[in-house]
Amino acid sequence: MSALFLVPIGSVPDKVWEWIENAAAEWFPLPVRRMPALSIPDSAYDGKRNQYQSVEIMKLLAQTAPQDASRVLGVTSVDLSIPMLSFLFGQAQLDGTVAIVSLCRLQQEFYGLPARDDLLRERLTKEVLHEMGHTFGLIHCSEQKCAMSLSTHIGMVDTKSEQYCSRCGVQIAERFASLDGGV
Amino acid sequence: MKKSWPILVVDDEDVMCESMAAWLREDGYRVDTASNGQQAVELAKGADYAICFVDLKMPGGMDGIETMMEIHRVRPDASVIIITAYATVDTAIQAMKEGAQEYIVKPCNPQEISMLVSRILKLKKLQSENAILRKKLTRQYRHHDIITKNPRMEEILALTQEIASLRSTVLIRGESGTGKELVARAVHYSGSRADKPFIVVSCAALTETLLESELFGYEKGAFTGANGQSKGKFELANGGTLFLDEIGDISPKLQADLLRVLQERRFYRVGGTEEVQVDVRIIAATNKNLAQEVQHGRFREDLFYRLNVIEIRLPALRERREDVPLLAEHFVNRISSELGRDVHGISPAALKVLMAHDWPGNVRELENVIERAIVTCRNGMLDEQDFSWLQSAGSQQAWEIPEVPLGELERRAIVAALERKHGNVKEASAALGIDRSTLYDKLKRYEIVH
Repeated sequence: MSALFLVPIGSVPDKVWEWIENAAAEWFPLPVRRMPALSIPDSAYDGKRNQYQSVEIMKLLAQTAPQDASRVLGVTSVDLSIPMLSFLFGQAQLDGTVAIVSLCRLQQEFYGLPARDDLLRERLTKEVLHEMGHTFGLIHCSEQKCAMSLSTHIGMVDTKSEQYCSRCGVQIAERFASLDGGV
Repeated sequence: MKKSWPILVVDDEDVMCESMAAWLREDGYRVDTASNGQQAVELAKGADYAICFVDLKMPGGMDGIETMMEIHRVRPDASVIIITAYATVDTAIQAMKEGAQEYIVKPCNPQEISMLVSRILKLKKLQSENAILRKKLTRQYRHHDIITKNPRMEEILALTQEIASLRSTVLIRGESGTGKELVARAVHYSGSRADKPFIVVSCAALTETLLESELFGYEKGAFTGANGQSKGKFELANGGTLFLDEIGDISPKLQADLLRVLQERRFYRVGGTEEVQVDVRIIAATNKNLAQEVQHGRFREDLFYRLNVIEIRLPALRERREDVPLLAEHFVNRISSELGRDVHGISPAALKVLMAHDWPGNVRELENVIERAIVTCRNGMLDEQDFSWLQSAGSQQAWEIPEVPLGELERRAIVAALERKHGNVKEASAALGIDRSTLYDKLKRYEIVH
């Protein structure tokens, strides 16, 4: 059976994997496999912005994905961006295979505040559900509490819940229920 | 809804195009990308993009501003957002002058871009709703909404079509309730002024002073209570049509003022010293015989000829009885749906009652009568008894004599008979039961011009 592969990009704290596996187990009936870490490609680094271009990292994830991968979720501690936007919490191929989430701006330390694991776990769960949702073809949801609602700053991430709304949840379930759902 | 607003991203850097497109697609938009100006214009020819993000600097070929101008040539309604780096902000401001809706400096905050897109699309949605409403409004006043199979009315409708796009003044004559305003709207909404204002002024409803400030506006301090400048109906109707209802009731001073505006197309606000120039088509209406008012010296002859460039005389409903069933059916359908009542027709016996009535209040009276009948109707069909009050009211009305001298009563009877017989003295005298020479004597005595 195809699986969801979790890939550390660069150095990532161990604690996050259990959080991600728990979230995935609740929503996606897929076996989860942890993969060895990948080094961040040099081409991804943008020296002017001191950030990493997510598109380059996603290319690497796609190239190195195992053949039986249903989905590949990269997790990184570095700050991500695309040329047009100043930062990203994460990015995904819409209705595709690859997604990436950055821990950088989910951590309280980024905002000059003391670290809080409980908050980091919540935020990471929300962003994992969000980016994974995109890989299952979901677009941003107008329901503010839904994990699929758009977050353009950390406050909006905190407003969301660690769940899909009923409409988005049904869509995910339907994808798994259909025999040829691309899962 | 988002899918109906396609977006185009134009940038020579693939990674820029694709990452931006991917981000917008996550938001549910249909996004196309182009790597140069030519390709963007080709794509724009085939798709009605709501927003085009165009990079200002694209080496070789068309730059961002040229691309924007070409896109606007093929898609004038597309909103172009110029993407620029800090170094080229001045050029981006130049692009705004050339027609760009906004510019963004990359990299920009995700919130900024998200709000920008949603603001532009909200505006587009409003614009498109506005266009739909305008179309609906236009359709509402098109000729096919004036219900008739009367040959004279059909001629009038053909005439309104012919004169719709002219600027000539129109004078609509007809009894109260014959649909003078509806015809005026049909003229306005069928012509080139349809998307401009149609402003109605009821001249009989206001005193001379009020009507003057209502028509021409006023300056601050022009009179007690004039706390600021106010535009009059002439200014509000600029580019469109001003409908002056009950024009026969305006004072001699206002007649003179109106004549001057009609001649010069300019006027002063009350208390003002600055001339205001307007492009307004005048449609006037009256239930009086203005020619007769001129004869009696109550209406300026020169103004009458200015207004009477195209004259439309609307027949009374009793002169187009064949329209009563059509109109009644139309009102039943419309009013029952507006009131949420399940009334779907009129019985033949009820129609007979409606056909026999003289309708002194014309179509408006018919509309009111149908509404009252629908409100009290106990089953799904309007029957004779739903109009029983009309028959008794009608008979009372026939015997109701106004408190005027006998001579005045006779004068009114003669005028009415002449109106009904279209000025034919032989027929009018027969209808009045007197011989022709007697009628001529009376016409002379009462100074009735026919």
